[in-house]
Amino acid sequence: MTNKETIIELKDVWKTYKMGAVEVHALRGISLKVKRGEFLAIMGPSGSGKSTAMNMVGCLDVPSKGNIYLLDKDIAKMSESELAKVRGKKIGFIFQTFNLINTLTARENITLPMVFQDYPKEERRKRAEDLLKMVELDNRMGHKPSELSGGQQQRIAIARALANEPEVILADEPTGNLDSSTGERVMDFLTKLHKEKGTTIVMVTHDLKTARHADRIEFLKDGQIVPEKEAFT
Amino acid sequence: MFLDYLRLSVNNLTRRKLRSWLTMIGIFIGIAAVVALIGLGEGLRSAISSQFDMLSPDIITIQAGGLAAFGPPGSTVSTPLSNDLVKELEKISDAEYVISRSISSGYAKFNDRIAIGMAGSMPNGDKRAIVEDMVGIEAEFGRLLKDGDQYKIVVGNNFMKDDIFGKPVQVGNRIMIQDKYFEVVGIAKKLGNFMLDGVVLMNEDVQKELFNEGDDVSLIVVKARKNVNMELLKESIEKVMRKERDVKVGKEDFSVELAINTLETLNSTLFAVQLFVYIIASISLIVGGIGITNTMYTSVLEKTKDIGVMKAIGAKNRDIFVLFLLESGLLGMAGGLIGIIVGVAMAKGMAFIGSMQLGSDLIRADISFALAFGSLAFSFIIGCVAGITPAIRAAKMHPVDALRFAK
Repeated sequence: MTNKETIIELKDVWKTYKMGAVEVHALRGISLKVKRGEFLAIMGPSGSGKSTAMNMVGCLDVPSKGNIYLLDKDIAKMSESELAKVRGKKIGFIFQTFNLINTLTARENITLPMVFQDYPKEERRKRAEDLLKMVELDNRMGHKPSELSGGQQQRIAIARALANEPEVILADEPTGNLDSSTGERVMDFLTKLHKEKGTTIVMVTHDLKTARHADRIEFLKDGQIVPEKEAFT
Repeated sequence: MFLDYLRLSVNNLTRRKLRSWLTMIGIFIGIAAVVALIGLGEGLRSAISSQFDMLSPDIITIQAGGLAAFGPPGSTVSTPLSNDLVKELEKISDAEYVISRSISSGYAKFNDRIAIGMAGSMPNGDKRAIVEDMVGIEAEFGRLLKDGDQYKIVVGNNFMKDDIFGKPVQVGNRIMIQDKYFEVVGIAKKLGNFMLDGVVLMNEDVQKELFNEGDDVSLIVVKARKNVNMELLKESIEKVMRKERDVKVGKEDFSVELAINTLETLNSTLFAVQLFVYIIASISLIVGGIGITNTMYTSVLEKTKDIGVMKAIGAKNRDIFVLFLLESGLLGMAGGLIGIIVGVAMAKGMAFIGSMQLGSDLIRADISFALAFGSLAFSFIIGCVAGITPAIRAAKMHPVDALRFAK
């Protein structure tokens, strides 16, 4: 047991979807803790519920049952606008398909989270430029996503995730759409971020090699946390 | 923040140019129709009003009927007004002045060119100043007429142009009217009234002799005393007229008009025409609005994933709502802006063609800043109203569902 502060805690979280008359349990009573500065990987085959778990932690969805505490606040009790505020300020998302806004330039994409938090224009511009330098794409700031490679797009997405200096970075299969060498480069960025800046990262992946960049790996199967040996059987 | 949203919305609109243009057509046709027709209507209204400026509210005009009467051929011969009526009408206590005026058409020759036009009579004595005041006539060059001016005329401002006789008429020129030479002693200031600006004024006695009018007059003008009930005065005049012309109630062969009534009639006719235009234009605007709603629903559908992403990075429902509402408002406003430009061009073009055809400035386009600004604001509002339901749909999207949406 470390003395580090717990920033995310899931307590017996259930998520049930109704598909007509049938109830589908995507999560069946998950409990886990993420400490500040930790790099956690959640692994599991497709359909195991790892993306659902990620959406809960990311305040994109609320549990059907159970509690999720983000910095000691139960997100299940938050209103839509409070959730939006938490998403904007405390969480940075990185998606498998990058999810940049195609009509905006690289810099505008990075600026967008700051626009929603009402940052002053000059501060936004300065921070976007600093982040572009950090992901080594300051020479591409005026380019639209369609003019960038997959790896470059994901680095822009990392910069966007860091825009509002979040408490946690949530990465959903960040290398899923990249070839192995580009994926490796993206993972190096995340690892560097974690090691040098102490950023808390929760990453969902089905790839063990990618998961090994993390400090700790939790395995998910059929909506439950299981020991590693049971995960792929 | 608002500016950032504005930029995002403009960005979205310019990305799908063709669809934006097509959507704007409905709005722009409606706004162009409103701007053009209201502009022309206002122009016509102010032009007509200016024709009536000479008639102040204390003036009643009497004209012989006949032309306006209906009946078998031969039965509607107009009986001209006679100068004797003036004396009878002067007996009405509420009438301050009763002035007869003659307006005759004839020909004039100058610079070897002949023109057909109108001559108006100016009364002698005290009444001269009353008529000058009523018409608002002033001399731009030379002087106005005075008692005893024989074979002297004052011409309207249009004679300064060279399109009547091929060269401008100047003070001191001699013009032949109905085979007699007249000296131009003055040129009147422009009144903005095509009849008055093209008239030749001469003293009443000279005109009667020149056109052999005898005792006939074209119209009689009654100026009321101060604070007189105009309707009662009108009734008194009609009574005298019926007696003098020996006609019964309902069989009048003359008309007694209050200047203000004539203007009101014209205004209400114009209003009816404008109302019709409003109705047609509103149909176009409603259709345009529905077009915007349709486009915005498509836009929301297309951008479902972007909505999910924006929500994931901190956009509140309100932010998404404002973004889409602004986009549809701008779509309406852009349509409105084009509509205003097209409408102004149409109105000015039609007024130009009209004035070329008629040779007068009666048809003109009067497009006020309020009309242009009002149309622009209105088209923005139409856009916003049309975009409300798609914007609500976008705002209420569940972020997880939106993110899962595959394009």
